[in-house]
Amino acid sequence: MAIFLNEDSKIIVQGMTGSEGMKHTKRMLASGSKIVGGVNPRKAGEKVEIDGASIPVFGTVADAIAETGANVSVIFVPPAFAKSAVIEAIDAEIPLAVVITEGIPVHDSTVFWAHAQGKKTRIVGPNCPGLISPGKSNAGIIPADITKPGKIGLVSKSGTLTYQMMYELRDLGFSSAVGIGGDPVIGTTHIDALQAFQDDPETAAIVMIGEIGGDAEERAAAYIKEHITKPVVGYVAGFTAPEGKTMGHAGAIVSGSSGTAQAKKEALEAVGVKVGKTPSETAKLMREIVEAL
Amino acid sequence: MDLFEYQARDLFAKHGVPVLSAKIADTPEEAEAVAAELGGKVVVKAQVKTGGRGKAGGVKLAEDPADARAKAEGILGLDIKGHVVRRLMLAQTADIETEYYVSFLLDRSNRTFLAMASVEGGMEIEEIAVTKPEALAKVPVDATVGVTPEKAAEIVAAANFPADVADQVADVLVKLWQVFVQEDALLVEVNPLVKTPAGDILALDGKVSLDENAAFRQAGHAELEDKAAANPLEAAAKEKHLNYVKLDGEVGIIGNGAGLVMSTLDVVAYAGENHGGVKPANFLDIGGGASAEVMANGLEIILGDTDVKSVFVNVFGGITACDAVANGIVQAFALLESRGEAVTKPLVVRLDGNNAELGRKILTEAALPRLEQVDTMDGAAARAAELAAK
Repeated sequence: MAIFLNEDSKIIVQGMTGSEGMKHTKRMLASGSKIVGGVNPRKAGEKVEIDGASIPVFGTVADAIAETGANVSVIFVPPAFAKSAVIEAIDAEIPLAVVITEGIPVHDSTVFWAHAQGKKTRIVGPNCPGLISPGKSNAGIIPADITKPGKIGLVSKSGTLTYQMMYELRDLGFSSAVGIGGDPVIGTTHIDALQAFQDDPETAAIVMIGEIGGDAEERAAAYIKEHITKPVVGYVAGFTAPEGKTMGHAGAIVSGSSGTAQAKKEALEAVGVKVGKTPSETAKLMREIVEAL
Repeated sequence: MDLFEYQARDLFAKHGVPVLSAKIADTPEEAEAVAAELGGKVVVKAQVKTGGRGKAGGVKLAEDPADARAKAEGILGLDIKGHVVRRLMLAQTADIETEYYVSFLLDRSNRTFLAMASVEGGMEIEEIAVTKPEALAKVPVDATVGVTPEKAAEIVAAANFPADVADQVADVLVKLWQVFVQEDALLVEVNPLVKTPAGDILALDGKVSLDENAAFRQAGHAELEDKAAANPLEAAAKEKHLNYVKLDGEVGIIGNGAGLVMSTLDVVAYAGENHGGVKPANFLDIGGGASAEVMANGLEIILGDTDVKSVFVNVFGGITACDAVANGIVQAFALLESRGEAVTKPLVVRLDGNNAELGRKILTEAALPRLEQVDTMDGAAARAAELAAK
């Protein structure tokens, strides 16, 4: 099972022929993902040779889907062109669009999110590392060799904290790890991933990583209370972040009393989620839960 | 990026939002000259990026140019909530009959844009939202459609604007939306939007916050940046395209990935509780790549911070394996040496993740001066805090 991504996922890469796209297509292939095509209107009909694989380049997402049956698109196109790339993917009705691109103006992400409403595409990101279902498929830039398949589900705003947590619990393994991104407007939220993990028989427990800014963690806490019966362990980064300063991620900013790490921690703890003080302590809390299963 | 009032006014004017004539002045002499140009009677307003200027004595009415000079003398240099006044905006005066409030902003929770409007203007909007929530209309705006005249009419109706100003306010809303979209703003706010006794609608004061991610298509926005107010270390880091925020502690921090660096700050602050309360000195995310040059640039900024007593380099090898990061650190030391800068502060390095053992071995063999390795993030944070406390 896993969530959103499995061994049958057929992936295309929008922006495959760029340097980032090429580098990560190579890595995804090496980790066993089925990459069935790339999209670049200026290179339609060409083939790209990567480590012995010959990947066809299509002019449009629609063409790529028609030819290959692709059901996932990973998007690496630069910020200036990201909005139209995502809208193209939505209009082609790709089931899953994973937007890796960092630095997309929020007016663009808000427009493509609005455009996606009532359509068939799930968006992950933008400004995210993508998602991985270890041993099955990898869509994005998460290193595939950190860990193996297992029972833990992970959803995180942060890429490196995702890797860190996967590494700390590498002997236990993960069903899926989803990096939802650190932008103010993102497609898939903590809540979406929590629900999918709840419904996934292969997932026994969930780690949720949040950070300052917005109220996604507070909303997730309310959701957990009503809908999630599997054990959830949480971590929130940014307790020492000063007000009004953007800490790396465009969405990571405390404004006034809203968006603080303390408020998020308290909201999660109030619904019975154990919240670690550090990533290591969080991993330890999860380890205790999994080992007691 | 938050703008000054005069910059917001300029953007409003550029997109046709009705504003009063105004000019900036940095000295009492300039204020006198500008007041004369504007016709004598002016409002002298401190330009600071904080609220409560009026109460702090940062907004004064001047009857004539000489008075404007005197008022400017009183306001320039004033400290308003930690913001020292270095610039004034002098504006023509308007008689006010009624004050309103309008804004557009990003509603993160609902992932949409939001219009807010109230006929109870003049107060801080946070105050209206708390004391009279029913007086503040909130209308979601579909980002794919925007604020059409019909949408503007809907907002006006939702906020119960009186019929005699409805059309004018709707027109202002359509123009304000142009500011919001065409300038890639995260917030545009007019408070107050006023009605004069003559029935004119004017934007008397405003706030604009711009999206820095849109810099690639907003060429004019770079010059709106308040370079004078920027911390010199932050300014130097920005020139090197480093993601750096100066904080007020003693432990310099370098890490890869925004989340991991935020987490590192927290872990160092916790560790500091056992070491005389030392705290992180900065946020610095060198990104996934962590090349030697970026590492050297980062180290240079941090070593140049006189508050820093120790440095904690916290790298998780993900996309870039730890051996590459270790080589980057070794080369960074060489690069710094070639720039004539010695590493004079103790450095604690924690490498974990992909190829961690090889990375640690490279650093051990390089035997760099004042560099020690600790294998865990918590342990390394404790050691860095201990070194900073000495």
